[in-house]
Amino acid sequence: MSNTTHTATERASDDIKGDEPLSLDELYRESSHHQVNLGAKKIHAKRMPGKFRAFKWKVASLYLFYFIGPFIRWEGGQAILFDIQNRKYHIFGLTLWPQDIWILALALLTFFLSLYVVTAVAGRLFCGTFCWQTVWVDVYTWIEEKMEGSPAQRRALDSAPWDARKLAIKGGKTLIFLLIGVATGVTFTSYFVDVFDLWHRYFSLQGPIEIWVAPLPFIVGTYLGVGIMREQFCFWLCPYARIQGSMQDADTIIPTYDMKRGEPRGRLNKGDCIDCHLCVGVCPTGVDIREGMQEGCIMCALCIDACNSVMKKVNKPAGLIRYASLKEMLGQPVVPLYKRPRVIIYALLIASTLIGIVWGLTHLGTVELNVIHERQPLYVTLSDGSIQNKYTLKIINKGDRPLSIKIALSELPGAVLVDHDAAVHVEPGKVLPLNVIVHVPKALVKKDAMKVEFHILDSATGAFITETESRFIGPG
Amino acid sequence: MADKDQKHHEAEDTGHEWDGIRELKNDPPRWWTIMFWLTPVWIAGYLLLYPSIPFPSGSSKGLLGWTSHGEYDKGRQEIEEIRAPFERKIAAMSAKEILNDPEMSNYAVNSIKQTFGDNCAACHGSGGQGGKNFPILADDDWLYGGTIEKIQETITEGRGGAMPAFQGRFTPEEMGDLMQFLKDAQQGKVFEPGKKVFLGQTKANAECSTCHGEDAKGNQDMGSANLTDGICRFDCTPEGLEYTVLHGVNDDGDVKTRKATMPVWGKKLTETQIKKLAVKVYLFGGGQKS
Repeated sequence: MSNTTHTATERASDDIKGDEPLSLDELYRESSHHQVNLGAKKIHAKRMPGKFRAFKWKVASLYLFYFIGPFIRWEGGQAILFDIQNRKYHIFGLTLWPQDIWILALALLTFFLSLYVVTAVAGRLFCGTFCWQTVWVDVYTWIEEKMEGSPAQRRALDSAPWDARKLAIKGGKTLIFLLIGVATGVTFTSYFVDVFDLWHRYFSLQGPIEIWVAPLPFIVGTYLGVGIMREQFCFWLCPYARIQGSMQDADTIIPTYDMKRGEPRGRLNKGDCIDCHLCVGVCPTGVDIREGMQEGCIMCALCIDACNSVMKKVNKPAGLIRYASLKEMLGQPVVPLYKRPRVIIYALLIASTLIGIVWGLTHLGTVELNVIHERQPLYVTLSDGSIQNKYTLKIINKGDRPLSIKIALSELPGAVLVDHDAAVHVEPGKVLPLNVIVHVPKALVKKDAMKVEFHILDSATGAFITETESRFIGPG
Repeated sequence: MADKDQKHHEAEDTGHEWDGIRELKNDPPRWWTIMFWLTPVWIAGYLLLYPSIPFPSGSSKGLLGWTSHGEYDKGRQEIEEIRAPFERKIAAMSAKEILNDPEMSNYAVNSIKQTFGDNCAACHGSGGQGGKNFPILADDDWLYGGTIEKIQETITEGRGGAMPAFQGRFTPEEMGDLMQFLKDAQQGKVFEPGKKVFLGQTKANAECSTCHGEDAKGNQDMGSANLTDGICRFDCTPEGLEYTVLHGVNDDGDVKTRKATMPVWGKKLTETQIKKLAVKVYLFGGGQKS
């Protein structure tokens, strides 16, 4: 290719729009731009319609719930609110206290296990479709295409000298990127402060300082991580990309180039691959899928869309690049899902964490009792020889009604509760610390530590509410 | 990668090479250089703004006027503002009223922790568990009374026990009988020969019962100990009891005498502090209703 034609090619490709069907010649002309990502040049991926493209948008649209979330109301308050100041976490009708944090831990465990099982079944499906980095990059590059044009036009703009037009486009783009960052950060913050109160505070320039600081990492993070670094983030910063290899096996279906069909690649009807580089051109991380599985591939399957469109054009069957497992490619028998130990073990683990969560949520209760035994002294001998132990009872009323309760003892023979006949009142949402003294006659103190159970009863009906076990300490 | 490798081959090296790895003369990364040059800027700013340069007459003051004392005062002021409404309320309440108000007694106990730790815990233990030869506050055996008023009085005015040394007064036989009497008294029994010694009806004519009472149960008005409950002010072993009898308590005539002095806190602590301390001591578990 001579120098003159090369320039002509570039000019011609400037006019090519992403969603218009291309002729084969145009494909090859454009292919000079489709380069594998080596980190040196910015990736400007081509956008093409297709099955996986549509799926990607559908999954991405789930993030609308993230932005709408804070505005959902429930029983007069915000449906999802992590009220750090009052240490209460509202999720619709449910109120979680810091004590219930283990349920959150199980929920996180479930998410991680889901990630593992998805990876074992279909590779980095999460990375390619649902990861916020991928989704935000997708939206940012969509905006970029609307403002700067096709990949070729963007490349041209990048290398063009700074003039008023470039400044306007780049400045406008940066502003929109920052605004999305602000929306992301403010939305995140509004899961911790009631959203209407938050906006009121923003517009009236009120404190606390936290609400001004909290969105900053998101603004900086989205601008640097999504606006600038993009796929470099996946390459160099994301730990998940590093551990994916150990979560996949020969049965995992991943976007794969069918080498037997494709090779030898070339323009003149050798293998099925016509070497148009379109799969590289559409790749948001700039990898060449024909090299096989690699760390840069986030498995968004956009190359499958691209390749299928080309196969259709050259009248060959679709699926030169397709979701397939290594075993399928090697012609080995494919093991069904339910016979794969990895999938079975992950499923069992997920089932157990889910059971834990369900058990936790159904056994939250509205009253919690913690018993703290006095440490200094552990016990006291009284004038009549009996042994006295002191406890601090922390009664937590997680309900929304005031509580009136009585305390009772069990499991400890001879135990006398001193001065606790009167009913105790616990206001809703409060923790009441209560000093409790227990006597046991010396003759009945047979061991240095004996079991004792504190019960909380309804003061009016005497109905059992909750119990906590502790120890009664004596000289033994 | 290819671009970077090419750059490496073009780059000048220092001539050092180990196993084919050359030390290049590339510039350090730009972010590193920026950080490096920011440090002197930071230092200059810090030197100007904060007290930092040591002079013989004291360090430079810094433009911000920051001092660690100032920061401490600010923090203290903050907590005092939070405590102010409670403190006003407590100042107007008697110790007994505080005790009967769960919220205020909770505040009193927690806000006086530090004062108790600084002044009381050395002898009485952080939880009122007492110490060797120091009284336990958590039990129900009180020398001077365990009502909230008496506890407050004890803290305010201090206490000092007084028991004469009886060394040389008893014959060995009388001493043996007295010890047996005390041992039995702790178990609710009466050893008659010893009781005679105790009541001063023997030759020694030492009337222990004048202070400790004929029933040996002590007298809270004068702070004499109850000898029948198995709880001893000093030491319950036979040797310990004998020592107390021989050398007395706070007897200036005997150098080996037991020391038992509760200091006067009324001059050192405020009335509010003492009220709070009385509530705390009462709630250790031994407080008695009047």
